[in-house]
Amino acid sequence: MKVALFIPCYVDQLYPHVGMATVRVLEKLGVEVVYPEEQTCCGQPMANAGFADDAAPLARKFLEVFGRFEYVVCPSGSCTSMVRNHYDPYLAGAPGFEALKRGTFELCEFITDVLEVGRLAGRYRHRVGLHQSCHGLRELRLGSASELLEARYNKVGSLLSSLEGIELVPLTRTDECCGFGGTFAVAEEAVSCMMGRDRIADHVKAGAEVVTGTDVSCLMHMDGLARRAGQRVQFRHVAEVLAEAMP
Amino acid sequence: MTLGHAERAAKFAADDARAHWHDQALWFVRAKRDRAASAVPDWERLRGLASAIKAHTQSRLADYLEEFERNAVAAGAQVHWARDADEHNAIVHRILEERGATRLVKSKSMLTEECHLNPYLEARGIEVVDTDLGERIVQLAKEPPSHIVLPAIHRKKEEIGELFHDKLGTAQGLSDPKVLTEAARVHLRERFMAAQAGLTGVNFAVAETGHVVVCTNEGNADMGTSLPPIHIACMGVEKVVPRLADLAVFLRLLARSATGQPTTTYTTHFLGPMRDGELHIVIVDNGRSRLLADEKFRRALHCIRCGACMNTCPVFRRSGGYSYAYTIPGPIGAVLAPGRDLRAHASLPFASSLCGSCDDVCPVRIPLHEQLLARRRDVARAGLLSPGKRLGMKLTALVLRSGFLYLLAARVGKLLARALPRGILYGRWNVWGRQRELPPTPRESFRDLYRQHRSERRG
Repeated sequence: MKVALFIPCYVDQLYPHVGMATVRVLEKLGVEVVYPEEQTCCGQPMANAGFADDAAPLARKFLEVFGRFEYVVCPSGSCTSMVRNHYDPYLAGAPGFEALKRGTFELCEFITDVLEVGRLAGRYRHRVGLHQSCHGLRELRLGSASELLEARYNKVGSLLSSLEGIELVPLTRTDECCGFGGTFAVAEEAVSCMMGRDRIADHVKAGAEVVTGTDVSCLMHMDGLARRAGQRVQFRHVAEVLAEAMP
Repeated sequence: MTLGHAERAAKFAADDARAHWHDQALWFVRAKRDRAASAVPDWERLRGLASAIKAHTQSRLADYLEEFERNAVAAGAQVHWARDADEHNAIVHRILEERGATRLVKSKSMLTEECHLNPYLEARGIEVVDTDLGERIVQLAKEPPSHIVLPAIHRKKEEIGELFHDKLGTAQGLSDPKVLTEAARVHLRERFMAAQAGLTGVNFAVAETGHVVVCTNEGNADMGTSLPPIHIACMGVEKVVPRLADLAVFLRLLARSATGQPTTTYTTHFLGPMRDGELHIVIVDNGRSRLLADEKFRRALHCIRCGACMNTCPVFRRSGGYSYAYTIPGPIGAVLAPGRDLRAHASLPFASSLCGSCDDVCPVRIPLHEQLLARRRDVARAGLLSPGKRLGMKLTALVLRSGFLYLLAARVGKLLARALPRGILYGRWNVWGRQRELPPTPRESFRDLYRQHRSERRG
C-alpha cells in the first residue's frame, strides 16, 4: 500500500523528528510512503481566524498536491479535520475532492481503520498521559468524547495500551482542551495559558512521565508552559512513542 | 477595537485562585450533568429528537404561534405580541399601570434581562423584586447575572453574607448557605405577600393546549403567581413546541443538562388564569425572526437556555460570565451577540479554542463551534479585525501559497530565533513567550531529513 504523507507546516519546520517518526511507523507496518515536496500548509490558521478568502487558495493547492493519491496520512488530527470537515466551502464540487476527503486520515485512525491493525508489537515502559486533542476527538471522532453517552472507544488509547509495559494514567478530566486553539493561544493568552497549566497539572498529578497526543500543536503549547515552569514531564507525539516502541 | 473579551478575561484570570474556584464550581455541575444524562437510556437519540422538533417547529413557527394563541385565549389568557424590547417593556408597564400595580415580583427570565425590563419599570415608579435567590443576590448587588442558570455563581458565600448584612440587615460575617438562604426567604416572603402582580419567564409554550410551562427549583414562580391576582408570562417566539408529547422530550433534557437534576423541583403548567385572576402572555420577537431567516445561524434559536455550554466551556469557566459583556454569555452568547451588533461584540467569536465541547453537550445539538467559526468569518469580512492582524494573515497566506517563500521565511525565522539574545527574543512583542518557552528551532526541516532517509534507503 502506498500513502502520501501530509506533514503540517509547523511540524516540517519545528518538529521534523515527529514527521520522521511517522515515516518509520508506517514503514514498519509495511506501508510505502511518499512525501510530495510541493506541500506547505492546509490553510487552517487563516480559516480559523476568519480569513476564508486567504484559506481558499491553500485548499485548492492542497487538492492539487494530494488529489492524485488514494490515501493521505497526517500526524495531526486538527489538520486532517481541516481537510475532511472544513474544506467544503472552498472545494465543494471540485473533481477529486470527495475522494480526497474519504482518503485523508490521521495516523492512528489510519492504522486502526485502514490497515485494520488493532494491536502493535512493541514495548514502551513509561507512565503515559494521553492528551486527547479536541479536533481529533470531536471532529474526527478518534474516541468517544466525555459529553456523549455512547459506547466508549478510543483509537489512540487502544493502540497505545497494546504496547508492552506502558501504563496509561487516569486523568480527572479526560478530554478537556489544553487551550492552544491556534491564534487563540496568543489572542486569549491569559486563559489559554491557564488552561494549559491545568491540563499539565492533571497529567502530573496522575503520575505521567510522558504526555502524548495526536497533535504537536497542543503538545508544543503545554511543553512551552512546562519548560518555563521547570517541570520534568516530557511531551511526545504519539508517532514518536509508537516509533520508539516498535522494534 | 475597544476593550474585548480577551482583556476582560485576562482581568478575571489574573486572580488565579478565584478563577480556579469558578472553574471547579462549574465543572462540578458539568460532572453532575454527565451522571444525570447517563442515567437516561438513549440520551443521544433524545438530543436528536429535540433538535428535530425544534427544526420542525421553526419551519412553521407562525402557524404554531397562532395555534398557541388561539388555545391560550380559549383558556382565558390574554395574549400580547411585542416586536422588540421596547414594545415588550411598554406592554408589561401598561398592564401594571392600568391595574394600579406598583409592586411586582419576578421569577427568573432571561428575556426580561435581554429587554432590560427592570430599569424600565423602576424608572416608572414600580418596585421590581427578583425572587430567584441567585437573581435576588445580583439584584441587591446591582449586577447583571453572570450565568443564565446560576446568576450569582461568581459570588462566594462570604461575599453574599456581607451583601445581606449590608442590604438585608443580617448579622455580620454570615457564610452558612442555609442561614443565608433562610434570611433571603424571610425577606422575600414579605415581598411576595405585598406583591400586586407576578411576572415569570416561560420555558415552554405548548401550541396544542395553549399553556405555558415554567421550571424552577425554588418554587418562587409558584408563589409569585398564586398570591397576586395578575400573572404576566413573557416568552420569546422560539419557546413554542407543537404538542404535549414534544414537551416531554424537552423536560427530560432541560434539568439534566442545566444542573444535573432529573427534573426541576417545580415544573408548573399554567393553562389560563387562576380564579378571579388574569394571565397575560407576552410573545416577543426582538430579533428572533431575523435570526430565523439566517440559514447559517438559525439553529442557535433551538437554544432552551440550559447553560450546559457555559458549564462545559473551558474558557467560560476561567473567564467568568461578565467577560462576555452580553446578557447571554458563553458559547451560545458568543454566537447570538454578534447577530445583534457585530461591531460591539466582534471579540466574542474569538473567545473560544474551538474545542467543540459545547456542541457535544448541547441538548438540542446546536453546532456551536461551527457557528463561532462562521461568526469569525463575518467579523473578518466586515473589516472589524485590527489592520495588523489582517496584514499578518494576508502575508502568512501569501508565503504559504508559494513553496519558495515558505522555505525562505522558515529559514530566516529560525535563524533569527537562534541568533537573537533572549532579552530581545522574549521581548514585549512576544505574546507567546510571556508565559511559555518558544518551540525548538532545529537546523533541518522534515523535508531535509526525509531526503536523507530516501537516499539512505536507495543506497
